Amino acid sequence: MLVLSRKKDQSIMIGEDIEITVIAIEGEQIKLGIKAPRSIDIQRKEIFLAIQEENKKAATTSIDLLKQLTMTFPKG
Amino acid sequence: MKIQTRYLGDIEIQSEKIIHFENGIPSFLDEKKFILLPFDESTPFYILQSVTTPELGFVVISPFDFFPDYQVDLNDSTIEALKIEKEADVALFVILTVQEPFTETTANLQGPVVINTKNQQAKQISVNDQHYCTKHHLMPQAVGKEG
Repeated sequence: MLVLSRKKDQSIMIGEDIEITVIAIEGEQIKLGIKAPRSIDIQRKEIFLAIQEENKKAATTSIDLLKQLTMTFPKG
Repeated sequence: MKIQTRYLGDIEIQSEKIIHFENGIPSFLDEKKFILLPFDESTPFYILQSVTTPELGFVVISPFDFFPDYQVDLNDSTIEALKIEKEADVALFVILTVQEPFTETTANLQGPVVINTKNQQAKQISVNDQHYCTKHHLMPQAVGKEG
C-alpha cells in the first residue's frame, strides 16, 4: 500500500479526475472531500463489506425454510 | 429459453425479461444476468434467479410491502449507470436473508436492487442513510426493537 502524509487542505490525485482532500482533522476523525466523475461509486468500506457479506448469506436459503416463510405471508 | 432455477425447477423464460447487472452484484461479480420470478401467485415473495447459475437465487420483496416508510434517493452515478430517465421506470427490490427459524428473517434495506424497467438494466446500490442496515427484521420481534 502506498502511504502519503497530508495536512489539512492538502489533496491527492488518483488518475486525472479523482481528487481527495483532507477537509478537517478533529481528534481521531478525519473529514475527507472527494471529487470524482459521477460514474464512480464511492462508499464507506464497512457498508461495502456488509452488503457483500449479506449477499453471501442470502444466497444460501433452503427451499424448506423459504416455504415456511412464504406460507406465513399470503398476499392480501 | 429454458433455465434451471434454485427454487422453482426448470422454467421457460423470455430473453427480453432478463435483467442485466453490468457489474454483477457484490460477492457475485460474474453474475450479470438474472430473472425476476414470483415465488407463487399467493405470496409477496419473488426470486431473483441467476440465468447462468441454477443454484444462485435470491429471495426478494418489494420493500414497500413491508416497510411502507422506506425511502431511497438514487444518486447520480446510479441514474447514469442505469440510464434512468424517469422515476416511474424504476423498480426497487430488497434481498431477504431467510434465517432459521424463519421468524428471524431479515431484509437488506441498505443494499436495494434498482431496476430500470425501461431497459432492464439493474444494480445493487448501497444506501448512505444511517436509518438503514443490512438486517431489518421482516416480522415484529417479541423482544427488542426492529432494525
